[in-house]
Order: sequence, then C-alpha cells, then structure tokens
Amino acid sequence: MKAWLPSLLRLALVVLLIAFVTNPDWFEPLLKPLTENNAPVIYNQGSLLTLTLLHLRIVLIATVAATIVAVALAILVTRPAGVEFLPLSRSLVNIGQTFPPVAVLALAVPAVGFGEKPTLIALFLYGLLPIFENALTGLTTLPANVMEAARGAGMTGWQRLTKVELPLSAPIILGGIRLSVVISLATATIGSTVAAKTLGEVIIAGLLSNNLAFILQGGLIVAALAVLIYDGLSSVERYTARRMGREAE
Amino acid sequence: MQIRFDKLGVVIAAIAAYAAFAAPFATFRANRIVPGQARSILEALPTATGTLLLAIVVIAALIALFRTPLVLRLAASVVALAALALLIGVAGTYLTPAGNTFARVSPASGFWMLIFAFTLLLADVLTRLNLSPLGRIGVLVVAALAIGLLLISGSWDNLSILKEYANRADSFWAEGSKHVTLALGSLAAAVIVGLPLGILCHRVEKLRAGVLNVLNIIQTIPSIALFGLLIAPLGWVATHVPGAAALGIRGIGTAPAFVALFLYSLLPVVANTVVGLAGVPRAANDAARGMGMTDRQRLFGVEFPLAFPVILTGIRIVLVQNIGLATIAALIGGGGFGVFVFQGVGQTAMDLVLLGAVPTVALAFAAAIILDAVIEMTATKRRVETA
Repeated sequence: MKAWLPSLLRLALVVLLIAFVTNPDWFEPLLKPLTENNAPVIYNQGSLLTLTLLHLRIVLIATVAATIVAVALAILVTRPAGVEFLPLSRSLVNIGQTFPPVAVLALAVPAVGFGEKPTLIALFLYGLLPIFENALTGLTTLPANVMEAARGAGMTGWQRLTKVELPLSAPIILGGIRLSVVISLATATIGSTVAAKTLGEVIIAGLLSNNLAFILQGGLIVAALAVLIYDGLSSVERYTARRMGREAE
Repeated sequence: MQIRFDKLGVVIAAIAAYAAFAAPFATFRANRIVPGQARSILEALPTATGTLLLAIVVIAALIALFRTPLVLRLAASVVALAALALLIGVAGTYLTPAGNTFARVSPASGFWMLIFAFTLLLADVLTRLNLSPLGRIGVLVVAALAIGLLLISGSWDNLSILKEYANRADSFWAEGSKHVTLALGSLAAAVIVGLPLGILCHRVEKLRAGVLNVLNIIQTIPSIALFGLLIAPLGWVATHVPGAAALGIRGIGTAPAFVALFLYSLLPVVANTVVGLAGVPRAANDAARGMGMTDRQRLFGVEFPLAFPVILTGIRIVLVQNIGLATIAALIGGGGFGVFVFQGVGQTAMDLVLLGAVPTVALAFAAAIILDAVIEMTATKRRVETA
C-alpha cells in the first residue's frame, strides 16, 4: 500500500461525512432503493447535523468527566497513601466491565429520569473502566531507572508526578481514552431508547417504521465518526509515544 | 495500644452510616407505577427486627473501620449481607397490607448502598485472601446457592421484582433460555469460524491486516444499527432461498440478532488467536520442526496448546459482551431478557426493568468469574508443564 493512500481515504471519509450531515438530500437517490411505499428517505424529524453534534457532545462530556475521575483515581491508588486500594480497585474494574451498558442505562433511569442524564451516567461509568485500567498500567510500569533518576535529581513527589510519571504514561492513557470513546459512541445510540437526543433516534425511528434507509444513515454516521476518531486518537498516541520513547500498545 | 483505622473501612463505614440512618431502606407504593413513599429501617421492619439490623450494620461497619483480622472482616461482611438479604424480604411482608395484591414494596437507595458497602468489604477481603481459581468458583457457587435458597423459600415473594416475575414466570424462563441460546450459540459459531480464520491469518501474513481491519470496522457499527441492517438481507434470504424459512431464518427476530452477535464476536476470537499463535516461542516451534513434526502436528501438538490461554481470553471477552448485547435483540423482536428491560422502560415500571437487568448482570458476572478462573488454571498448568 502506498503511504499516502490511508490519508487520502481518511480525507475522503471526512468530506463525505460532512457532506452527508449538512446536505443529506444530495444522497437521496443512493438510499431511495432501500425504502418502500414512498416512505421518506432522509430522516425528517430533526436535522442530522444537530443530532450528530448532540451525539458528539454527549460523548465528549462523558469522556472528559471519565478521564478526569479515572486518572485521578489511578494516581491516588498508585501513591503510597492509597496503595491499600490498589488490589481492590483492580478487581472492581474487572467486575465493572461485566455490567452490560443497557443494564446500566436502564437502571439509571429511576434515579435521574428519562433523557440525556441516564445516558451521560451510563457513558461516564462505562468510559471510566478502560481509562482507569490503562492509567493504572501506565503508572505502574514506569521504567525503574527513570524513577530512580527523578528521585536522585531531588524532584518532589508532585514534580515527579507531573513532569515524569504522567508524561511517560500519556500514550497508554490515551489508548484507554480511545477505547472508551469508541465504546461510548456506539453506546450513546442506545441512549435514545430512554429518550436522549442522539443519532440512535434515527436508527430507532427506522426500526419502528421498518425504514432501512433511516437505520443505514444513522448507523453509518456513527460508524464513520468512530473510525475517524479512533484513527485520529491513534495518531496522537503514536506521536506522544515517539516523543516519550515508549512503544504504544 | 494505638488504634489504627483501615482506609477503605473509613469509606465503607461512611457509606453504611449514611445509608442506615439517612437514606430510605424500602419504598412503598400503592400500585406498581405511582411514585413511592420512603421507609427507613425502623419504619420498614418490626421494631425488634429493625433494631437488630441496625445493630448488625453498626457492628459490621466498626469491624470494617478498624484494622481487624481478615477472618473477622469476612464474617462481618457475610453476616451483614445475609441479614440485609433476609430482612428486605421481611420488610416486603411487613409493609404489604394483608390481602392487598396491588401494593408494591421495593428495596430503596439505602438498602442498595448498604449492599454496596458490604460487598465492597467482601470484595476487599476476597482480593486480599488471593483465592485459587477453584476457590473463586466455590465462592460463586455458594453465593448462587444462597440466593437460590432465598428465592425458593419464598421469603422475597412480597418484593415487587418477584411480583413482576410471578406475573410472567413462563415468559421469564422462555426469554431467559432465548437469551442464553443467543449468547452461547453466536459464541460457538464465532469460535467455529474464528479459530480457522485466525490460524489462516497467522500463516498468511498478507491476509492479516485486511481481515483484522474489516472486523475492527464491524465493531464500530452501533449494535442497534447492525441488528436493524441485517433485517433486510435475512428477509431476502428467507423468501428467496428454499428451505431457509423452514430453518427459522426470518427478517426480524432471532436470526438477525444471532448474525449480529456472531459478527461482533469474530474480532476478539480472530485477534486473540493471531496474538496467541504469534506468542508461541520460536524455540518450541524449532524443536517441533527438528523432531520431524508435520505442520498439522505442530499446530495441534505445540502451537495450539501454547496459545490456548490467550484464545480463551478472547472467548471470555466475547461471552461477557454477548450476554450484554443480547439484551438489545429485544428491540428487533429477538427475545431475551431485554424484552423486560425495554417493556419496563416503556411503562416506566422499574421493577420490570430490574427483572430483565438483574439476571443479565448476574449471568455476565458469573461467566466472567468462571472463565477467568479457567484461564488462570490453563495458564498456570502450561507454566508448570514447560518449567
């Protein structure tokens, strides 16, 4: 494969995605064969652009919150004062990942009601685990000689954390964020079953009215977003890994 | 003597204190969908029993708070959990007016927080005990038996989730077996297809990147969309391929759910097979070749057994993921516990949601513990054999 081919494909996907969410009517002839009985071809109960932006916003808020909490917790349990919590937090992460997202979503409804909130909670909780796990891996597998050198240079605990440990773990933490974002993008669509405004609305409208064109456009936008974000974060990760001289996972 | 606090114990004691004295223990509702009225421990139980429960909670929280021997902490968490499990049933009976079939009593936030606090204590003890794989399965079996006994004894019958169950006992087991069949069946299909595909990808390097990329992209399609997209092609197969409809292949229902779960399962199985085979030490392969083993003998006699724990890890990921995803099959008429979850969400009847969600979580949890134990056993066995 030529070196420029992946970049060209990525660019084409970005252009196609933007064209689709801003001017879905252009693509009507393509999707037309998928509908029956003159059903509408393009989702007509809201703009695709708005739904896409709302979808991204919900994922962004949840991921930022999950990153802050997960990294803070990982820092806490890797300090001498919190080391008692380390084994327990490992097993809690393992257990937490067995909870299906639908269950988390449905169980959050009685506590906070329908709409965006249960979706945010589910995405937040579900996003925590991969980030926490990776942050823990990053912070516990630092090269011993580097840590020794930092201590020898007279750095305080705080300096070591912000100048050595966190930068060195950054690529691995980013790997966790990438996983978490991709999971959240897909899980956010399920949020529409509890009335959150996301692209899932388009898919569910398609399921309810038996309209394949709706299901396809909703699904493809989410998949394209996931592929692009995954790709973008992977290259950020490789860049930081190269700068830190650490191999990305 | 210096008194020493346990750091996790401080957290547990704080949660337990808030849950026992400030949060409602049970909720009483005149019927299944009206908003409920909160009842504290002393209001939800006969005075003597309520005082006993409070005493147990306080003593267990104190044991958690200070540095105490592991055995004592284990006993405290088990006694507290058992008391909570038994007495929430008593609260159900006590709060329900005699002969009233519409009233619903359900556990409230205080109950769940107490369960959470003492499960945390139990989890901490079990982690520190560092149980062997068989020991962990044993704990799981004991817990399952205890819950089974409580269910059979009928002491939870007056709780709302079991009233929902009583109304749907037949469909509960039917949907449950559909759920398990979907999750296990698609896993079996993925193993049958994924293992050879993984071996092929390992042997033929040109295929590897292509196959893994395609499977990666499938994973990014949101589950509800993939389920929906398969309706059309399967509907077409059902009407155009002779015999397909007779096999139960239909546009909606179990068939598209099965195919979707199968597609999602392929990536972990194939990727872990490739990683596992790539991790086989070169020396082992060289030795096998030197002994004059054929490719096939080498695959089954050397590579496959050495890669097995890694492949099993892929299967564990798939099984836990499938048990969760099978809930979504309900949206396209595929059945499973998701039926109750989505019905419950639709009727804002949370007990119905719980009836679907609790067994799903329990299944996924049990599957994870059992497979983790099996993986650890096979991995240590290899190490002993190769050492």
